[in-house]
Amino acid sequence: MIHVNELVKRFGAVTAVDHISFDVAEGEMFAFLGPNGAGKTTTIKMLTTLLQPDGGTLQVDGLDPARHAHDVRKRFGIVFQDPSLDGELTAQENMELHGVFYHVPRKTRLDRTEELLRLFGLWEKRNQQVKFFSGGMKRRLEIARALLHTPKILFLDEPTLGLDPQTRNQMWTQVKNLNQSERVTVFLTTHYMDEADRMAQRLAIIDHGKIVAQGTPQELKQKTSTTSLEDAFLALTGSKIRDEAAGSADQMRQFARMWSTRR
Amino acid sequence: MNAVYILWLREMRRYLRSRAQIVASLGQPALYLVALGFGLGPVFKKAGEGSYLQFVAPGVIAMTVLFSSIFSGIGLLWDRQFGFLKETLVAPVPRIQIMIGRTLGTATVAVIQGLLVVIVCFVAGFRVANLARAPLALLFMGLIACLFSALGTAIGSVLENMQGFQLVMNFLVMPIFFLSGALYPLHNLPKMFALVTQIDPLSYGVDGLRTMLIGASHFGGALDALVLAGIAVMLLAVGSYLFSRIQV
Repeated sequence: MIHVNELVKRFGAVTAVDHISFDVAEGEMFAFLGPNGAGKTTTIKMLTTLLQPDGGTLQVDGLDPARHAHDVRKRFGIVFQDPSLDGELTAQENMELHGVFYHVPRKTRLDRTEELLRLFGLWEKRNQQVKFFSGGMKRRLEIARALLHTPKILFLDEPTLGLDPQTRNQMWTQVKNLNQSERVTVFLTTHYMDEADRMAQRLAIIDHGKIVAQGTPQELKQKTSTTSLEDAFLALTGSKIRDEAAGSADQMRQFARMWSTRR
Repeated sequence: MNAVYILWLREMRRYLRSRAQIVASLGQPALYLVALGFGLGPVFKKAGEGSYLQFVAPGVIAMTVLFSSIFSGIGLLWDRQFGFLKETLVAPVPRIQIMIGRTLGTATVAVIQGLLVVIVCFVAGFRVANLARAPLALLFMGLIACLFSALGTAIGSVLENMQGFQLVMNFLVMPIFFLSGALYPLHNLPKMFALVTQIDPLSYGVDGLRTMLIGASHFGGALDALVLAGIAVMLLAVGSYLFSRIQV
């Protein structure tokens, strides 16, 4: 379903993604792990047509995202690292907007919206503006929205960041059910190693833009002679704390926080 | 339902839900009308130019449409900050449709704001010279709104953070307003200054509104409409190009 070969992305003198290769099979749950600034989000952005690679080849469901962006976009749903909902709109309106973007017929859109909002426990809140939702509710709504157009692939970029254990557990259970019932291929990134261990059939670990290991969680533990995925991860990437430069979006958020505090 | 319509509808929904903002945005135009309209009225009358309130009201309406449309366009920055922009950029929708939907939405909001200021003007004592031409004033408000919404979107596509916002405000939006003749007549100006006002697209918007609302024209209504429509099309093209190049 996803084929990545010798993929490269540079930002000026920095090589964010450095000749990485991996494959994800149809219906598989694949975890893409790495420390902050390792190149995970950059890779996802290339896979989802938001960034153009500087080298290597990419295929998503047999199509090159750089050349067939429009067709590739129809095939996936994505939950970004940062929220991407319109807080001024209601949950139902956010779903409607997404459905129209993805050309989902009106009847199907309404039926599927109800089905997904019920599944994620948000049906009763469908007419409430999203800005009044908790972090967990927003995350669930984003996943529901990403599934509205029945994508073949679901990209989840740190979807459980900042969620409490109950919400995380509930969310992963629903993702797992969808993966099994609708055969959705899931490509996820997370910093919670227990989640990756529990959910992913296979995984790859990226560090400094290079893939340092890939295989099943069990294989990685055996390879590093460790008993947990977290230990395996630390053995492969080291225990030094990584800094990540704030992007323009991060700077904007800092500005907004500063502004709202002053008021 | 298509992407252009749903994005237009989004802008409408957001606008109608921000009632405090609607009321607050009427404060500045009302202040201009009262402070300038009544404050400078006697001097203007003494100079033989008639009622200043009658003169300045179309300028204040144009100002409202300008500020509302350009800031809504720059609102793209907030979509970038709050992440919604990414949702639109990964959707299988041509970016030109996203740009047009946004621009039409913000332009409609600006025209509604302009109409609310028309009501404020009436309350202050402004009267339309020829009611039959009043609907054409709406056309000019629409042209001003489209032009500056497109400009706002173009700027919002290039700016990556709020630091550039103040620059845009001080060196683009305010000069566009103050050099447009919204507050003073365009005749008998120094040569260089007159040239600058002729380059300012808002001058044609203000003049078009004056032509239709009070029957006083400097450039001529037809030229006003032609210049505004031409620049609006050009800015839509530039905005679409810049929007298509956004990377997040």
